[in-house]
Amino acid sequence: MMNKEVITDMKSRTLARHFRESFKSLARNGWMTFASASAVTVTLILVGVFFVIMMNLNQVATTIEEDVEIRVHIDVAAAEEDQENLKNEIEQLPQVASIDYSNKKDELSNLIDSLGDEGEAFKLFEQDNPLNDVFVVKAKNPADTMGIAKQIEDMEYASKVKYGQGSVEKLFSVINLSRNVGLVLIIGLLFTAMFLISNTIKITIVSRSKEIEIMRLVGATNSFIRWPFFLEGLWLGILGAIIPVAAVSTIYYYAYDYLEPRLQGHFIQLLEVSPFIYQVGALLIIMGALIGVWGSLMSVRKFLKI
Amino acid sequence: MIEMKNVYKKYRNGVTAANGIDVKIKQGEFAYIVGPSGAGKSTFVKMMYREEKPTSGTITLNGINLGELKNTKVPLIRRNIGVVFQDFKLLTKLSVYENVAFALEVIEEQPKNIKKKVMDTLELVGLKHKARMLPTELSGGEQQRVSIARSIVNQPKLVIADEPTGNLDPDTSWEIMNIFEEINTRGTTVLMATHNKEIVNTIKHRVIAIEGGRIVRDEQRGDYGYEI
Repeated sequence: MMNKEVITDMKSRTLARHFRESFKSLARNGWMTFASASAVTVTLILVGVFFVIMMNLNQVATTIEEDVEIRVHIDVAAAEEDQENLKNEIEQLPQVASIDYSNKKDELSNLIDSLGDEGEAFKLFEQDNPLNDVFVVKAKNPADTMGIAKQIEDMEYASKVKYGQGSVEKLFSVINLSRNVGLVLIIGLLFTAMFLISNTIKITIVSRSKEIEIMRLVGATNSFIRWPFFLEGLWLGILGAIIPVAAVSTIYYYAYDYLEPRLQGHFIQLLEVSPFIYQVGALLIIMGALIGVWGSLMSVRKFLKI
Repeated sequence: MIEMKNVYKKYRNGVTAANGIDVKIKQGEFAYIVGPSGAGKSTFVKMMYREEKPTSGTITLNGINLGELKNTKVPLIRRNIGVVFQDFKLLTKLSVYENVAFALEVIEEQPKNIKKKVMDTLELVGLKHKARMLPTELSGGEQQRVSIARSIVNQPKLVIADEPTGNLDPDTSWEIMNIFEEINTRGTTVLMATHNKEIVNTIKHRVIAIEGGRIVRDEQRGDYGYEI
């Protein structure tokens, strides 16, 4: 939209003037500045909170997805060669990421460990282990789990194939749905904010329509006229992002502290505070800046008749 | 300097404001544009500074075809045209000096030249001593002089005035006319749309009368020719 030539040859004095003008206008239109920045603030708080929740949901989903594994119970009649053949056959499936062997002794001790005190009772079975040897198979893409399981079921000496039938399918559809819904809501919020800001800035521009008219009359270029508004939008966006960044970071910091110990052992791992809040902060500031710039350029367009 | 050939202008609402205009204006001329309200005077002058484009026909300004001129080039031709309006269009928060300097700042004039140009121009319109005042502290005639100063501070070849005395009392109008005369004697072309019969009949110049979007009369040293 901006005329490139004009930008590259713009003298530093002109740029200084644009900066000065943009700040002056923010100060002169105090209440409008406040209103526009508040619009950005409200939106970004919503977007920020939403984004944090969504990213964590995503994280949880990924963790769970990674835990999805296929347990292939090997028929007790299988000799060592037969087990080897089965393993090779499974490995040859293109969607398989890894295959681990776990003999029935390990299986039993895992079971005993996982049950804690009640597990003691199962120690009796150590003499005559009723469990099978197991191949633990992981898919490259968790969504392929069901397909792989179906194929393994047909193989010789695979007596039982377990992957959390039913619940896995449901989990995947819930995860996908929540991702899509989250994305749609965030995009919707951003658009609402842009129009809100574009309208608010329009009012500050209307109050300066005479100035723009005179600039056009005496031969100021369109990009010259646009620059201060571009900067003003940028400042409004950044100004509006300050509170959301502070609020979202602080809330996340305390929420993490509170929730993390309580969620441990539930397979739920929240995103670490340290890189995450900086990422969210940077994202919110960039969003604020983009919304502000877009809003102001949209509004000034009408006055430039282009 | 300016040449219109077979110019038509039809607005989207169906109003035809120019209905086949042919006219030539030479560098250094002073011409009044007269005619009843709604005759097409404003459209005529707006097309000269490319605020409006003709629907058909050509308008050339110093060899440049305004109808085909790209939007991005419009600012450059505007720098050679000064425009004065009935309602002054001054920025009320800026001083007299700042209002005039504004026209130079926004076309990125060297700062070292600005002060001299502005003060020289304010002297020409007789407002040097009021440079620091705000427009609201001035009389109507003085405000119009600021507006004229702003239009000529970049030394344009052409000054277009749309009813410059429309809001002023007769005495003040004469003062304003003296300034336009002065500008014209320095070689600047002046085009003035006006309803002021007395002025047109007293300070004799070319008179172009427009009615129904057509030039109905074009006389050197003409009369206003309408009864009010």
